[in-house]
Amino acid sequence: MQNHPVYSDNDPQNELSTLNLGPTHPATHGVFQNVLQLDGERIVSGVSTIGYIHRAFEKIAEHRPFYQITPLTDRLNYCSSPINNMGWHMTVEKLLGIETPKRVDYLRIIVMELARISDHIICNGVLGVDTGAFTGFLYMMEYREAIYEIYEEVCGSRLTTNIGRIGGFERNFNAIAFSKLRKFLKEFPPVLKEFESLFNRNRIFVDRTKGVAEVTAEAALSYSWSGPLLRAAGVDYDVRAMNPYSSYEDFDFEVPVGENGDVYSRFLVRNEEMKQSLRLIEQALVKLEKEPTDIFHADVPEFYLPPKEEVYNNMEALIYHFKIVMGEVPTPATEVYHSVEGANGELGFYLVNDGGRAPYRLHFRRPSFINYQMYAPMSRGMLLSDAIINMSSLNVIAGELDA
Amino acid sequence: MSDIQIVGAPAGVEGAGFFATSLDKAVGLARANSLWPLPFATSCCGIEFMATMASHYDLSRFGAERLSFSPRQADLLMVMGTIAKKMGPVLRQVYLQMAEPRWVMAVGACASSGGIFDTYSVLQGIDEIIPVDVYVPGCPPRPEAIIDGFINIQKLVKTESLRRRNEPEYQKLLASYGIQ
Amino acid sequence: MGKITNEELLKNINTKFEGQLTLVGEPFGLLTLETGREQIIDILTYLKTDLSLQFIYLTDITAIHYPEQEKPIGVIYHLHSLINNVRIRIKVFLPDGDFHIPTATTVWDGANWMERETYDYFGVIFDGHPDLRRILNVDDMTAFPMRKEFPLEDPNRVDKKDYFFGR
Repeated sequence: MQNHPVYSDNDPQNELSTLNLGPTHPATHGVFQNVLQLDGERIVSGVSTIGYIHRAFEKIAEHRPFYQITPLTDRLNYCSSPINNMGWHMTVEKLLGIETPKRVDYLRIIVMELARISDHIICNGVLGVDTGAFTGFLYMMEYREAIYEIYEEVCGSRLTTNIGRIGGFERNFNAIAFSKLRKFLKEFPPVLKEFESLFNRNRIFVDRTKGVAEVTAEAALSYSWSGPLLRAAGVDYDVRAMNPYSSYEDFDFEVPVGENGDVYSRFLVRNEEMKQSLRLIEQALVKLEKEPTDIFHADVPEFYLPPKEEVYNNMEALIYHFKIVMGEVPTPATEVYHSVEGANGELGFYLVNDGGRAPYRLHFRRPSFINYQMYAPMSRGMLLSDAIINMSSLNVIAGELDA
Repeated sequence: MSDIQIVGAPAGVEGAGFFATSLDKAVGLARANSLWPLPFATSCCGIEFMATMASHYDLSRFGAERLSFSPRQADLLMVMGTIAKKMGPVLRQVYLQMAEPRWVMAVGACASSGGIFDTYSVLQGIDEIIPVDVYVPGCPPRPEAIIDGFINIQKLVKTESLRRRNEPEYQKLLASYGIQ
Repeated sequence: MGKITNEELLKNINTKFEGQLTLVGEPFGLLTLETGREQIIDILTYLKTDLSLQFIYLTDITAIHYPEQEKPIGVIYHLHSLINNVRIRIKVFLPDGDFHIPTATTVWDGANWMERETYDYFGVIFDGHPDLRRILNVDDMTAFPMRKEFPLEDPNRVDKKDYFFGR
């Protein structure tokens, strides 16, 4: 009697099986569909389908005045909304030629770096969950709440922040915001260290992630990768360092670079970036001490929405309010491309203006969209379980992917 | 003294060594305090749900410790985030796969009404394709609001009759959505 | 900021592609050129491979629609030379009814989805693209939503009729 399988031409084991992964599969953390052809556990080929939450941002943007596009940018990468808000504000400021005071720049850097930390907390925490370690996620999430509390002091909202206005902030940072920020700066680094000591040399985690989904620098560049993923592959391209915006040139920070672009080096790069972000925030706090404390926006009454009390009590403010809301202020008819370093990579805004109240065309260069297109090609030959880990370390945010 | 609170007994007749109540109430109590939610998270609200679920807000306190990612074993469908027209049939399929009794909670402005995305590609509220029990407003709702919505679902579950699916009212509702 | 100025860049391209490019301007220091679809791939390849330029990074491909123009749809490429830290923008306008342009997937792998998105939004057909399907919208959609004549709101809606609002 034979105890081993008999192979013949019509043996079912020779056939490839098709697996429909998503769009509601829990392991994908969002709405991504991949139809994979499997040979046992190994992926032979795959096709990604996206667009399951396509919300037509670019079409809406053509129908909204500039200041009403900020809430749309919130919902691009909702894990780090402030970066999107600031990026959009800076794009419009570039178009209108508004110079922001240094204090505004530094405040923006604080908020943007907090956003970067909160984004990386989610990505690295979830990567831990996907490799079977829930603890790290729970430790870190507590500090994301701390960041959200700082946002609440700054703008009143947690996730979709809508922080700031064209020209600066809608209100000054209060004392509670600064004290919460200082508390965070004191309490978070030890937790980050603990998180790293849980993972960095953890046998299970390292075996699970090292050498998984390696990407060469050439491939990463050819696929226009950016952000931590590109840096993990060994290319030190960071918009903050290359084309500094919002006075990043005044700061001293390092751009961490990985070795081979695998999941493990992406994890390390993100952890290191959190440390650099903390450094940036600390420097910004020091620099802020030398700035006048009452400046929180540029002096551009024709574009900066005045506070409501002013509108009700002051003729001039009412006129400006009316002019801004009705789009009576002429804007230059030209085109501008501005990019910021989002948590996932180069977040670009290509704005074509015809002088009207809304953009003629606004295109978002969305890093998640561009990073994700390599997912199916790079999954070839990978184990299914590795492909899941790869997906979570790409940190693709559905809102940014589908626009 | 333990901090753990135990849910109170439903109204009934009590005497020496016995407690009598209707089966409806006992089952409702059990159902309400061990709901298995299926998080159908597509976008921003899903991130707030993560916060609701995680250490700080801890949805497990309400008996929803066990998230069910399989619709077959879920009681409560929590739709969080924008549902685009491309996603609509998928959502409906998930709903159809759920066994009775099932409840649906629309979390956030997008799931409730389409929210700020009044566009050609977005479904203007999930109640166009499936019935909804509780709507949670907000863009995104705070975790407290999600928990509040969850408590409202619990109230519904407690007062639900044992076999809701046999009620003509419910069948009429499902028929209006073209379900079975 | 970059290591080569826009003048040098323009001169370099002009010596290679004499008369095939027109300068549109330098809005906010970003050199913007316009060319035709016949030579676009040659220009992109040259920009990528020329050792003094090395525009190895394709930032973005998108399009724009000007319904009144004779050539209504423009495809816009943003390139970035990471070595020199210089960006360039190249536009190609396509005549009405003939929205064909050769694909850039032969130069960059990453152009794949950007072109699919542009096709999905504007209906620009990238000849030679390996898999030109809709990417964000539903497959059975027939219109191209980012064209100016397409309405933002769903035209089939029944709950937004004027009589609900007393109009």
